[in-house]
Amino acid sequence: MLKQTPSQTVGPYFAYGLTPEQYLYDFKSLAQHDLVSSDEEHIVIRGRVFDGEGNVIPDAMLEIWDNQNNLFGRFGTGTEKDKSFVFKTKKPESIGENAPFLSVILFMRGQLIHSYTRIYFSDEVKNATDEVLSQIDNSRRETLIAQKKDNYYLFDIHMQGDSETVFFDI
Amino acid sequence: MSQLIYNPFDMEVHPPRLSPAYKSTILRAPTKPLVLLKQSLAELSGPVFGDFNLGEFDHDLTKNSIKNGEPLGERIVVHGTVFNENGQPIPHTLIEIWQANSCGRYVHKVDQHDAPLDPNFLGAGRCMTDKDGNYKFYTIKPGAYPWGNHYNAWRPNHIHFSLFGANITNRLVTQMYFPGDPLLEHDPIFLAVPPKGRDLLISKFDLGATEPDFALGYRFDFVLRGHKATPFEKI
Repeated sequence: MLKQTPSQTVGPYFAYGLTPEQYLYDFKSLAQHDLVSSDEEHIVIRGRVFDGEGNVIPDAMLEIWDNQNNLFGRFGTGTEKDKSFVFKTKKPESIGENAPFLSVILFMRGQLIHSYTRIYFSDEVKNATDEVLSQIDNSRRETLIAQKKDNYYLFDIHMQGDSETVFFDI
Repeated sequence: MSQLIYNPFDMEVHPPRLSPAYKSTILRAPTKPLVLLKQSLAELSGPVFGDFNLGEFDHDLTKNSIKNGEPLGERIVVHGTVFNENGQPIPHTLIEIWQANSCGRYVHKVDQHDAPLDPNFLGAGRCMTDKDGNYKFYTIKPGAYPWGNHYNAWRPNHIHFSLFGANITNRLVTQMYFPGDPLLEHDPIFLAVPPKGRDLLISKFDLGATEPDFALGYRFDFVLRGHKATPFEKI
């Protein structure tokens, strides 16, 4: 067996390489954050990423992956006024007794290796029967569930602390 | 029918999440144990960029941002193969590239290092592996630069990479270093990698890939997580 190439941090200066259009650099972006057009049925997910002292992290990058709809999105937390990430995408469907979710990959300066989490949705009854959510302690399950607001879902990510988001070993 | 189960991250070579000498990890590394997730279709799939329309000079950072002349610095050509742990080459997989210019300055607006920008060098590129998993791109050798981690902290010369591989378990963001760099033994980001993994991040000078009268060659192979095939219930 070959040895895996070790991970290294994405660092603070990824924007012109990985999210150039969002940050207004003159280079074509590989991936967008508006994954569907506004006249299609869509949802908006917003949130912020917080460090262990509750500071908003302005240089994180999120990727979302929806295998049902084959949609991949990417957004850096450095361009919105409140340092949110924002995605406009389709809401995936439940499969069997499992609730719909999006896969998330999270990168930032200060992370030597990326983190995986999931976004579930607060208005889904199947959250109660979902195989993955069911294996997580009640006290932490909420950290994976985006809260439905008027016209968007709120999904904040906490790297540390009492409300530390559940991260997965996949 | 068989189902592929991808191997976990090999923590013999990957850096730990918390590595206090790299100060930014202290408030940003998750502290609670990760929850083991059985790999489902969501993890065993991922974006495929086979049809992404690469720009004509995406693989040539010495040309993709020319405004009024050639970028300054030492031209290099970097090449290698993307494998998985099983030793299988990964064809048609995308590699994203970004780096500082030859003076150690990033184009990024928050980089305040007092070194000149190069109007003819952005420092971003992309390439795709061929059918045999090989890749190659041209660039300018990046310079070292100071950073605020500790007194007189300097990052060794490095190029950033982002790879996708077969599915989202394969995702890799890393940095490639250069042989003989005296800053490596002082760099807490490089040193966060366990000793067994460090050589895997250092490219090799490659006279065979060096192009006469044009560019020095370096070889750097990537190895993504591999898999074992296990019997799956017959449908």
